[in-house]
Amino acid sequence: MSESTDLIVVGAGPAGMAAAVTALAGGLRVVLVDSGTAVGGQYWRHPPEHARAAIPTDDLHHGLREYRALSQALSAHSRRGRLDLRLAHHVWSAVREDDGFAVHVVDRRDAPRETAGVLRAPRLLVATGAYDRQLPFPGWDLPGVLTIGGLQALLKGGGVAAGSRVALGGTGPFLLPVAAGLAARGVDVVAVCEAAHPLAWLRHPGPLLRNPAKWTEGARYGATLARHGIRVHPRTAITRAEGGDRVTAVRIASLRPDGSPRLGTERQVQVDAVGVGWGFAPQLDLLVPLGCALTDAPDGNAVVAVDGGQRTTVPGLYAAGETCGVGGAALAVGEGRLAAESVLADSGAAPVLGRRGLSAVRSAVARQRGFARAMALAHPIPPAWPAWLSDDTVVCRCEEVTAGAVRSACTGGGAHDHRQVKQLTRAGMGWCQGRMCGPAVHCLTAQEQAYTPAERLVATPISLGALADIDEEH
Amino acid sequence: MSELIIDGEPLPFIEGQTVAAALVAAGRLSWRTSRVGHRPRGVFCGIGVCFDCLVTIDGAGGQRACLVPARPGMTVTTEEDDDE
Repeated sequence: MSESTDLIVVGAGPAGMAAAVTALAGGLRVVLVDSGTAVGGQYWRHPPEHARAAIPTDDLHHGLREYRALSQALSAHSRRGRLDLRLAHHVWSAVREDDGFAVHVVDRRDAPRETAGVLRAPRLLVATGAYDRQLPFPGWDLPGVLTIGGLQALLKGGGVAAGSRVALGGTGPFLLPVAAGLAARGVDVVAVCEAAHPLAWLRHPGPLLRNPAKWTEGARYGATLARHGIRVHPRTAITRAEGGDRVTAVRIASLRPDGSPRLGTERQVQVDAVGVGWGFAPQLDLLVPLGCALTDAPDGNAVVAVDGGQRTTVPGLYAAGETCGVGGAALAVGEGRLAAESVLADSGAAPVLGRRGLSAVRSAVARQRGFARAMALAHPIPPAWPAWLSDDTVVCRCEEVTAGAVRSACTGGGAHDHRQVKQLTRAGMGWCQGRMCGPAVHCLTAQEQAYTPAERLVATPISLGALADIDEEH
Repeated sequence: MSELIIDGEPLPFIEGQTVAAALVAAGRLSWRTSRVGHRPRGVFCGIGVCFDCLVTIDGAGGQRACLVPARPGMTVTTEEDDDE
């Protein structure tokens, strides 16, 4: 198959699904690779196909009509042999070759058994999405404290609620669907702490007015929360998680406009699970080593720089979705379509969308990017969040490096960015390679610049045995 | 319900759930101890990024419980220190 592939798409979330479907409709032969056991990515995370009757999750989703249309198109192309869908395949490296790209995968369909392989194609489209951005706080490493995405993944993927009394905290609209989903499964969501103030949105009336679909989505979640009596507390934060061998309570404080806690407002709430998230960090592990240019996004992340057709600065390499800036599923679908149209054009194939269709997608993408920008500005990381940290708060979960150690690396050690802090303290050197603590360590050292993740040459661990086998194969 | 074996004990799960989902469904939020401070750890990110949920599965160490689908008869072991 790999000799006859025109395009490899990495990531089968909204962007990758839309890109693959468009490219397939244009007659290209596509390999679509994803680490999950079903298409959909994080946004449309589903249990594997065979488990959907036992684990019903349809009511937790938004935009399922689009998901089903894309899924059905992928299945049809797969049956006709035009699409090679590789689920449970992790990409650990993607490199440029003379005539295109080599994508190194680990087949984990039979996990923990691993089989390594290489896919090759003249063009590569990376749609690897994003994961929750975390800010450490005292007690965030207690069992029962999860990312809000983690709570959502357990719910959507496995039908499991991680607790029965849950507090959510952080910033951004993602808090709402997670609260609504938990409530729909009978969880008592005792607090939703939103660090921003909703009035911040009023500074951006244009993007709000131009995106009525987002109001509908917001209103739907708002109605669910109201039905369950869940209140969103603006300008508050979970500043501490407490417990022995698991979380049993959180401290919630009102915040000043800069994000520092207002003295005397702290109250304790009993919980058995907590979800936290501060926007998202784009998953750039494959893109950074490929050498494509990055650009600063308004949410404080470095993201992949793309042209109007989602082309990166590396010829033959395209990106779509959250890797180009966090903006939600509808934007990701639009970017996926635009990226695939560029692939078609650059391959000398006829377009799928037609002139009017293409211009409609372009204007929707522009409108949704405006909304994403407003969202980022209305839900910033509070500048004074380090005020919640005590010196013994763990910042790097893997190497258990404390805030005190990071601070002394900056003041005493003269570290100016997260890479220097890593050399001095081992923060970011453990199993996760700084994926969790990187943004936070960056904020503690160089908050005024955008966060660029460290270059990781191996995007997912792979066993030496699997690597040895691949050498024999090629 | 199917069953896997964790540290010698049966753990029920619904086919389609990950090992982490099966553990959380059974009320277990931690199953590992951190290397330096010996603190309890379990699932945090739930999507394969944080590596907090590591277990050994059928003898293979360093497996992310949140990614590996549970299978009947699978043998899962948790460790005091699996930083191998």
